[in-house]
Amino acid sequence: MSKLLEVKDLSVSFNTYSGEVQAVRGVSFDVEKGETLAIVGESGSGKSVTTKALMQLLPKPQGQIKSGEILFEGNDIANYSNKQMQKIRGKDMSMVFQDPMTSLNPTMKVGNQIMEGLIKHRNMGRGEAKQKAIDLLEQVGIPHPMLRLNQYPHQFSGGMRQRAVVAIALACNPKVLIADEPTTALDVTIQAQILDLMKDIQRETDSAIVFITHDLGVVANVADRVAVMYAGKIVEIGKVDEIFYNPKHPYTWGLLGSMPTLDSEEEELFTIPGSPPDMLNPPKGDAFAPRNEFALEIDTKMEPPMFKVSDTHYAASWLLHKDAPKMEPPASVKRRMQGFASTDDKDGEE
Amino acid sequence: MLRYILKRVFYMAITLFIIATVSFFLMKMLPGSPLSVENKLSEAQQTIVLEKYGLNDPIPVQYVKYIAGLVQGDLGISFQFDNTPVTDIIMARIGPSMVLGAQALVFGTVLGILFGLVAAISHNGVLDYTSTIIAVLGTSIPSFIFAGLLQWYLAVKFEMFPVALWGTYEHTILPTIALLIFPMAISARFTRTEMLEVLGSDFITTARAKGVTEFGIIFKHGLRNALIPLVTVVGPMAVGLMTGTLVIEQIFAVPGIGEQFVTSVMVVDYPTIMGLTLFFAFLFVAIILVIDLLYVLIDPRIRLTGGES
Repeated sequence: MSKLLEVKDLSVSFNTYSGEVQAVRGVSFDVEKGETLAIVGESGSGKSVTTKALMQLLPKPQGQIKSGEILFEGNDIANYSNKQMQKIRGKDMSMVFQDPMTSLNPTMKVGNQIMEGLIKHRNMGRGEAKQKAIDLLEQVGIPHPMLRLNQYPHQFSGGMRQRAVVAIALACNPKVLIADEPTTALDVTIQAQILDLMKDIQRETDSAIVFITHDLGVVANVADRVAVMYAGKIVEIGKVDEIFYNPKHPYTWGLLGSMPTLDSEEEELFTIPGSPPDMLNPPKGDAFAPRNEFALEIDTKMEPPMFKVSDTHYAASWLLHKDAPKMEPPASVKRRMQGFASTDDKDGEE
Repeated sequence: MLRYILKRVFYMAITLFIIATVSFFLMKMLPGSPLSVENKLSEAQQTIVLEKYGLNDPIPVQYVKYIAGLVQGDLGISFQFDNTPVTDIIMARIGPSMVLGAQALVFGTVLGILFGLVAAISHNGVLDYTSTIIAVLGTSIPSFIFAGLLQWYLAVKFEMFPVALWGTYEHTILPTIALLIFPMAISARFTRTEMLEVLGSDFITTARAKGVTEFGIIFKHGLRNALIPLVTVVGPMAVGLMTGTLVIEQIFAVPGIGEQFVTSVMVVDYPTIMGLTLFFAFLFVAIILVIDLLYVLIDPRIRLTGGES
């Protein structure tokens, strides 16, 4: 088991006119080679900021890594200079972004945008880089790569652009691929294609993927492990089966419960009441407590530590304390959990 | 592409025709006549002169005659310089104005873009504020103030450059500096705003995530996208500069076209006024065409309509 990327107690803050916004408050996780870790959570939970911090792509000078370590192959890159990071970005770690419509340079040929990283990181000449770019376009499933190479992004459809963005990210065979909601802006059929593409490539290159999404359907599809984030913290982390079949944190229950399924009998979709806390003044105790129907008194006073559920499964909820009353997830969520288990059996052998 | 240009040239001709018509009748509505300035002539002499220049004809006839000449490229004969064709007057005077205008435009925009870039890079830093202040001063202080200051300090006190007149290259320097401040300030402001917007866009993050250096981010990915709106402003400014600015030409005693224009209006020299107006209009529409073609070069998203390419 080689830990490729290990994040230890990472905190990220934004300095704004109204004060310090604590977007990420002590996040720890690790990713192994060939593994896909999904980070889920609602908007503003800090998932994007966490991954931007990994590559030091936070908006400067407002966004800053306040504390913590980011160990990449054993080296702490949290304090690397911009120059040092430039050698890692695109080569060892690269990123696929959310909106393919805006993430390509509109005035640069797609081929040149792919070749840029190759020329920089692999010291390729233009001719060699061009050949590699053609191969990459082919690999990500863009037909007529020779022709497409010399086109501009506006001549590509949304799905094609995202394929091109994936090609840029994959150019130098990165060890870690960060995908920041890569399918959110795409329609469903294209989403599936892009996900399949990323899985195929992972199988070929054995790279680790950190996949950010708020779509639990996508998570079930791609992830090996899942980290659930809320208010800048990881509240539950575990293998994908553990999160779907045996969730322990009330927030995870809420997320699973509010996921639409085809055979749900309920007329109304479950929603988590309230809204996420203001990260300018994070609440005392458990940040989720005000929205949590299972909240205990201690939740308003003390932050819960990570309780171990199994070797791979941890959750930050006082409900897991030995003195806590036994709570069961709501009936609708339980039905969901059973539903996941049965559908999984069905397509387990495909 | 060629079809598009031909189509545009056709529209240009229509535009110029409309401008010629409107300005012709507007000019006829002006009070006074070419003879009201120097009225030492007798009645009989005045009639002869008016007859000679065709000013006794009814205005519609004069208009038809003028347009007929125009179509053949004849701008008429100037009233103030006996028997000199207006075309010759324009050609004799355009040189200095073009030299000053071109120099001011090139140096002004290049310096402006540099200031704007520096400001955008050091966003909210000292250099940003300095460059913003320069831009505000440059746009709000009229150029003749700078002209006076330049003459006093650089010419009179330190005797580095000639105070005025036209001749050697040194003569062009002070008026160029006085002229370039406005385009410089405008381009600095535009470049800064656009650059800040571009640097905040998603594709810049993509480029950073690729490991592109800061230099590459700014010049390869940023600048080209930031320059697109600047082209729109610089174009019309170019016409204004090339056709001469009256004030600067007066202050530095430059025999340029702006100065000629004002003299012609004072003495009601109809053909020269018309000729210069049309010349300016022609430059303007021509430069707008050039800008539209430039857009296609800078921004691949813009396609020319009207021509299959």
